[in-house]
Amino acid sequence: MRPAGAIEDLLRELAPRVLGALVRRGGGFEAAEDAVQEALLAAATRWPADGLPENPAGWLVTVAWRRMAEAARGDASRRRREATATAREPRDPEPVQDEDDTLAMLVLCCHPALTAASQVALTLRAVGGLTTAEIARAFLVPDATIGQRISRAKKSITAAGGGFGVPGPEAVAERLGAVLHVLYLVFNEGYVASSGASLHRAELSAEAIRLARQLHARLPDDGEVAGLLALMLLTDARRRARTAPDGGLIPLAEQDRGRWDAGAIAEGVALVSDALARAPIGPNQVQAAIAALHDEAPTADATDWRQILALYEVLSGLAPGPMVTLNRIVALAMVEGPEAGLAALSAAAEEPALAAHHRFHAVRAHLLEQAGEADAAEDAYHRAARATLSLPERRYLEGRAIRLAQPTASPADGIVE
Amino acid sequence: MKYLILIHSNPASREIWESFSEEQKAEGFTYYGRIVDDLVASGELVVTHALADPSVAKTVTVREDGATVTTDGPFAEAKEQLAGFFLVECETPERAVEIAARMPEAHFGLIEVRPILDLGGMEM
Repeated sequence: MRPAGAIEDLLRELAPRVLGALVRRGGGFEAAEDAVQEALLAAATRWPADGLPENPAGWLVTVAWRRMAEAARGDASRRRREATATAREPRDPEPVQDEDDTLAMLVLCCHPALTAASQVALTLRAVGGLTTAEIARAFLVPDATIGQRISRAKKSITAAGGGFGVPGPEAVAERLGAVLHVLYLVFNEGYVASSGASLHRAELSAEAIRLARQLHARLPDDGEVAGLLALMLLTDARRRARTAPDGGLIPLAEQDRGRWDAGAIAEGVALVSDALARAPIGPNQVQAAIAALHDEAPTADATDWRQILALYEVLSGLAPGPMVTLNRIVALAMVEGPEAGLAALSAAAEEPALAAHHRFHAVRAHLLEQAGEADAAEDAYHRAARATLSLPERRYLEGRAIRLAQPTASPADGIVE
Repeated sequence: MKYLILIHSNPASREIWESFSEEQKAEGFTYYGRIVDDLVASGELVVTHALADPSVAKTVTVREDGATVTTDGPFAEAKEQLAGFFLVECETPERAVEIAARMPEAHFGLIEVRPILDLGGMEM
């Protein structure tokens, strides 16, 4: 008998395939998605006790198909009576075609008619095989909120007239950007797990990596898919070193590099190197290349900031934005000194969107600190702490300000990635 | 992002509410009910509650000797008192403001939108 964890992994791997099989049979996505959830729950109860069926995918398709038919008949009493019976091994598991619709299901869930929050929730349930409760827990909202988001998302897609058929290659190409964005959002939600309440969120990063792996396996030649997977691996590799035991954020320059995940770094570096060598360049690949330069430096001082600066200049051309501008200035300061960074920051502040960005004051604070202007730096850290909407960031920035106010503390050399 | 929409009352808004007929009050509750229904339907509502009158509030103090003492009445002596709240999760700060603007108290400048600190954060 398989341990429960392995069964869960298998179920979540099979979830989009079972859903795709049902949609292919003309089941209709809206009902099929609910039925798959029920079949997954039934399997999670039965399989650890009864052992794995010979054809797990067929078992799930059969059970889900029956649930769907019963729901369509609306025969509630019959449904209750059969609830136990259908949860047993079906006598003749349905054959499942070889078609793998994981990619199609991802694209379907990232329908342009949906808000990003709805795309995320629907993707995690329909493709990730997570339950509504698990998603709600990760996002710290009630189950009902996520349940509502998912059912509304499904209705919106139906209303948009796109239908719930299996999307063809054209739709896949068109919506791949949205899929990558959703995976990136899921990853970022789990990026920092710093306290008890946010521990479950760490699982979101792992889930985003799992889904990105599935996407990469199906689109191995797409450089941006590979780039995103690489970026996630190279960022997640630092997870253990990123958070202090008390939950505080540890800046990159102060992290214990021995705690970084060497396997994930090697995989990420190989992925991005391969993508850069044979695919058209894109923002994900450039960001992954920057993360790789950080991860490959044996010490913070050995970081190749010249190369990082050059990559941020490329990124500014490909995908400009306040964060890219700020990060480019940090790299510039590391190459040419904090004064050069501060001058660039003053020039950039003429852009209102940038000056209003909460990271602006954080970068300014770090540069002032490096330039030896302790009082101004302390003030800027406080301003940044007040402006941020992230609790770990606020703690970190307030901590920097306190260190500056206490002359006995060791000189700080934090950098902003 | 999550936002807390705080609904305050002040003497003027309380007076208006108290001057309402039964029908007008019922209409007011129905109006709020529609806001709740819409936010449930859009998947944006996390939780919402109306608060009991400030006169039944208790201010709690733990004294130096460890004893907990309570004082009847609200913490702040201000004219504005918290009357209820919506915790919503929405895509943009603009959307949070749009929801806030639906509250009748917005006509009296009594609605406040506060972003909730996120537990995530960027690596510095």
